[in-house]
Amino acid sequence: MVTYVTNFSRSGLYDWMAQRVSAVVLAVYTLFLLGYVVANPNMDFAQWHGLFSQGWMRVFSLLALVALGAHAWVGMWTVTTDYLTKMTFGKWAGAVRFLVQALCGVLMFVLFVWGIQILWGI
Amino acid sequence: MSLPNILKVSVYRYNPEKDAAPFMQNFDVQIDGKDMMVLDVLQLIKEQDETLAFRRACREGVCGSDGMCIGGVNGLACITPISHKIGKDGVLVIRPLPGLPIIRDLVVDMSLFYQQYEKVQPYLQNDTPAPAIERLQSPEDRAKIDGLYECILCACCSTGCPSFWWNPDKFLGPSALLQAYRFLADSRDTQTRERLSRLEDPFSVFRCRDIMNCTNVCPKGLNPNRAIGKIRSMLLQNAT
Repeated sequence: MVTYVTNFSRSGLYDWMAQRVSAVVLAVYTLFLLGYVVANPNMDFAQWHGLFSQGWMRVFSLLALVALGAHAWVGMWTVTTDYLTKMTFGKWAGAVRFLVQALCGVLMFVLFVWGIQILWGI
Repeated sequence: MSLPNILKVSVYRYNPEKDAAPFMQNFDVQIDGKDMMVLDVLQLIKEQDETLAFRRACREGVCGSDGMCIGGVNGLACITPISHKIGKDGVLVIRPLPGLPIIRDLVVDMSLFYQQYEKVQPYLQNDTPAPAIERLQSPEDRAKIDGLYECILCACCSTGCPSFWWNPDKFLGPSALLQAYRFLADSRDTQTRERLSRLEDPFSVFRCRDIMNCTNVCPKGLNPNRAIGKIRSMLLQNAT
């Protein structure tokens, strides 16, 4: 049993599940958007604006944003704990890893708030 | 593939008491066009240079002593024919198992590998009173540990796994996980819940990214990746 404080849920099982569920949400959202664009070849801005003005699309987009945040956090946490270790950074590994993780966390939070602002600003 | 009379072999050498850094040493080995096992070639090299160090014991793929990286892929030297591993440049390249500290030449320090093996408590645990003769198992239950108990702990799988290279102290590695599932799948073991609770953290099992190097290199043809998938399923069923 290895314990860590910075992973998504304190449990490997929940992190793993969160990453898989969020991957399905992101895949469905991406396929829907691609399908919408393909099905409407002559789409103009008004139609695109109309799609994102609907309540269900905002909920769907917000769900995709939450899924993106969870998915990216688990992925980036895995990458940082693989490569930013004592093997590569010696005694500074903990500090370097924490800084990179903090940067990722801030970036994801900014993208999340910005995304909400865009969705509800339409 | 026709084999040359003189085989060019490049071998990893490192003696920490003498060498400042590891280096590759070239040898010309007379094989007279005959196919043979990599271990036979190493024995012929040892006749030229008796300082070359490597492990070997049974020389028939049972003991798991001579795991090494042959032509870029882990395998047992005693059951790997040279004809399968000579590179396009005609050179047979032999290195130690990757990711573990080198003791000397092709001999690696397996301590981390065994520590991870020890963590999964690889022995039957049953807290019910022992029967007079033996704990019986149905043929169907016995079949569930086929493909698991055959592991010879050669470390080819774990040292072929990048997740084990990066976190050999935290990620159990495919070999230990195959053994973990061997006892999770055993109908006679009663510690399933306790065993699972020790595997739920973000590293022990879940650092596996399913690249399947382990299954690809296993000299016994076992499938550690499948065992890891089964452990994940058991953890999921246990938690939902």
